[in-house]
Order: sequence, then C-alpha cells, then structure tokens
Amino acid sequence: MRRDYAGVPAVSGVSFELHRGQVLGFLGANGAGKSTTLRMLTGSLAPTAGEVRVGGFVLQDQPIPAKAMIGYLPEHPPLYPELTVGEYLRYAARLRRVAAPAVSEAVDLACQRCDLLDHRRQLIRHLSKGFQQRVGIAQAIVHNPAIVILDEPTVGLDPIQIRGIRRLIQSLGQDHGVILSSHLLGEIQAVCSHVLIIHGGRSVYAADLTELDQPSAGVTLLLHLAAPPPVDTLRQLDGVTAAESLGDGRFRMCHSGGDASAEVLVRTACEQGWRLTAIQTESRSLEQVFIELTLGAETHAA
Amino acid sequence: MPLIIAGKELRSLFASPLAWTAMVLVTVIVAWVFLELVSQHLDTQAELVALNSPTGVTDRVVMPTLNLTAWLFLFIVPFLSMRLIADERRAGTLVLLFSSPVSMTGIVLGKYLGILGMLTLALLPVACMVCSLYFGTALDSGKLASGLLGLWLTLAVFAAVGLFMSTLTGTPTAAAFATLGLLLVAWLFSTTGDGIGPLSGLSPATRLDSLLRGVFDSSDLFYYPIVILAFLVLSIWRLDSERLQS
Repeated sequence: MRRDYAGVPAVSGVSFELHRGQVLGFLGANGAGKSTTLRMLTGSLAPTAGEVRVGGFVLQDQPIPAKAMIGYLPEHPPLYPELTVGEYLRYAARLRRVAAPAVSEAVDLACQRCDLLDHRRQLIRHLSKGFQQRVGIAQAIVHNPAIVILDEPTVGLDPIQIRGIRRLIQSLGQDHGVILSSHLLGEIQAVCSHVLIIHGGRSVYAADLTELDQPSAGVTLLLHLAAPPPVDTLRQLDGVTAAESLGDGRFRMCHSGGDASAEVLVRTACEQGWRLTAIQTESRSLEQVFIELTLGAETHAA
Repeated sequence: MPLIIAGKELRSLFASPLAWTAMVLVTVIVAWVFLELVSQHLDTQAELVALNSPTGVTDRVVMPTLNLTAWLFLFIVPFLSMRLIADERRAGTLVLLFSSPVSMTGIVLGKYLGILGMLTLALLPVACMVCSLYFGTALDSGKLASGLLGLWLTLAVFAAVGLFMSTLTGTPTAAAFATLGLLLVAWLFSTTGDGIGPLSGLSPATRLDSLLRGVFDSSDLFYYPIVILAFLVLSIWRLDSERLQS
C-alpha cells in the first residue's frame, strides 16, 4: 500500500507501506494530521493528490473491492444506539459484503474476539464506554479485512480495558495488517511492530520498533545518587558510552553491557560509596525520538 | 446493497417513537374526517339523486380523504426524513457507510427506499379505510386507483425532497424545517394565479389534484420520476462533494 499526498496543508507528505502481520503505530501530536490521513486511507475523504493502494486495488479507482479489504474504527465509534449489538454487527457485516449465509458465523467470531458474546442482545445505548469501544472494534473486523485501521482506540477507557484492547490488537496483528493511531507513546511501544511519526502533516520518522529495542543501541539507565561523583568519573567507567548529568544527583547513562549493565553500575556505586537511591532502565526511546522530531521541528521553524 | 441499508433504516425509524406517533396521528385524523364525510354523504345522498348529480361517493368521500392525507403528510414527512443523513452526520456514523464498500448511489438509494417503505406502510390504514366503502357501495375503481397512486407518488416526492435537505446539514431539525418550507411553497404554487401560473405545473399539489379527479396526464408520467430522480441525484452529488472537499 502506498500513498503520497500533497496540496492540502492538513497532510502534505505521508507515504508508507503496510504488510499483513505488522502492527504499524501511527504517532503524532494532536492535530498532526493523523485522523485526516486515516480518513483518506478509508475513503471517507478523497486525497487531492497521491493514491492509496490496497491489495491490488487503487482506492480511488476501484473503491468497492478496496474498501471491502479495510476495517475502520474512527475516533468516535460509529454506533447506532437504537440497535442491539447483534443487529448492528449483522448490519456492518452485510454492508461489508459478507455473504448472507456467512453473516452469523462472522458476527459470532467477531463477538468472540472482542469478548462480546454475552452482550449480543443488549442495546448499544445501554453499554458502557468500554464495551461500546469493543463493539466498534468488532465492526471493524467482522468481515475479516486485510487491514484494520484503529484511530485512538483506547481513549477514555480505564486501565484494565486498555490492557484488554491492547491484547486484542496484538492478536489481530498476527493475521491482519493493523494501523494503530495514537498520541500515546507507551501504547505504540506496547503493541506495535513498526512506527511512523507524522508531524505537521508529513511523515518524519519511520522505524522497525523491534530494531529500536535492540541492545546495539545500548541500554540507557537513569540513576539517582545521593553522593554523586563528577560526571567525568562516570564517563570513564567500563562499558559506559555516554553520561550526562540531569542535575540534583540524577544521571542518564548509556551502557553497552546489555542486560548486565545495571548490575555493573550498582556494584560500582556501592564500592565507591555514591549512595545509589534509585536506578531505572530507560527504554531507548521512542519518546526521545518523538520529542526531538516534533519539538526540534518547531524550534527550527521558529 | 441498497436493500440492506433500507432495512436498517426501517428498523431505526420504527425504533423511534416518532414514526409510531406520526402513523397514529394520521390514522386518527383521517379516520375522523372520513367518517364525517361518510355521514355527510349519507345525509345529502337523496338530494344528489333528486338533482341527478354526476358526483358519487368516490368524489365526495374518497378524494377529499386522500387530499387531506397528502396535506397531513406534508407536515409529517419532513420530521421523518430529517434524520436520514443529518443524524448520521451528527452522530459520526456516516463514516461507517463511507468506509464500507458501498457507492454513494447505493447509500442514497438505500436511505430513500427505507423512508419510502415506511411511508407506504403508513399509507396502508388510509387505503384500507377508503377501500372499506366497497362493503357498502360501488366505487369508481379507476378513480380510486389513480387517487391512491397519486397520493403515493406525492409522498415519494416529499421523501426525496426531505432526503436531499437531510444531506445538507448536520442538524436534523434544520433539515426538517427546510423541507417543510420548500414543500409548503411548492404546494402554494398551485393556488397562485388560479392554478394556471407558470409555476403551478411544478407543484405536486396541481399534479395530485388532477390525479384525484381521475385525470392521468401523460406529463405526470414524466413529472414524478424526474422530480424524484433530480433530488436523489442532488443528494448523491452533495455527499460526494463532502468526500472531495474537506
């Protein structure tokens, strides 16, 4: 799947590919153009330039077969409160061209995956926000699409519901291509295999998250020392590739020792009497990348 | 595909108290006036026979009843059709239709068939009422058929106008009043200039009037399909342009 897009200020240059079995995190600050891009991907907004290709079909030229391969959960789940969960999913399945005899099976499967089996006879109006969100996801997967596009699916949910939905997304990622839009870094890191950061309507960073987590980049540790030595002393330690003082006895250190890094540092700190009070690994770090890119771009522009 | 959307639309319409209230209201008012007309007719029947008048029960009871029904629906259809698209836009469910493998034509046609089905159901009690006269007297079946067809086609025009207005806005009540306004103005065209003004031909009232008199003009054959189609095409354009611009 490819797209370029130019001309409208909302989204001016986003281009990426997605394959089955990938979970692509779509990351950007509020107003970066995430939702606009997703609306174009799903055909509810026509791009002024560029194209969306789904499977072998160009969305603009052959919208019907292309859209049949897409499942979309917008920011606000498109639910009809006057229908029951079962009726609604049945309708969604028929709209997505699931053949009439296969509809019941498809609805059952979607309910099962989203833990809705006991709620099929309930009116959507009477469901809690978390369950409505699940119904929204169920309608996006009911026709077993190649691509599932979820726009901020965990907004407004409690932590337990968020965990459930993340688990669901990960299981979807095994046999669908999933695009997950979010402005929550933790969420992207928790469930995605790839990430695309967009800022100001452009894609500014794309990476394979599994690579980003590799120890080749080193382990970053945050230390709090009550009796800290000079930073230079820390830099000269074995295996330390970089160290910076964050003030107040706190340090960020990059260490090439892999899993043993923390152990080495703790031992050294004890031996030298630096009075270590806290140590924490900092996963290297999408957050750094994100903040550098978005803030960097802004200060640059200013 | 349009049938699937139409089915859902019917279900949603009947899930709201609005449709039921409207149907009950129409049936009660029409039944009341109908009985009044029947009793009036019974009182004056002897005089008519004495005068050797050509008008019979079809002209004096059935046609006024159908005319009244059309007039009532002029006020009711806007409030049934207002939610078709406007409500989906307000609730954000339009995205479900747009992102589904359905063409704009399919969406508009489905919505239209849904409201048309509902209106047809709402007409049934009225049709049964006037047909019940068969038990007591002979009716002019040709005129009756032409009258019922005229009424049904008039409602079909109302629904097409209502659907189009509903595509224009995200506020259902605004759509309702816009529809009501347009229909009222068009209805009044027929009364300006004694019904022979240049605009009166455009009015559904003029058309219905001639059909109620049993006159089936060949231009009617074109009038109804063209008006209905025009508003459906406008609706499709309107939704398409929404997708094209942001």
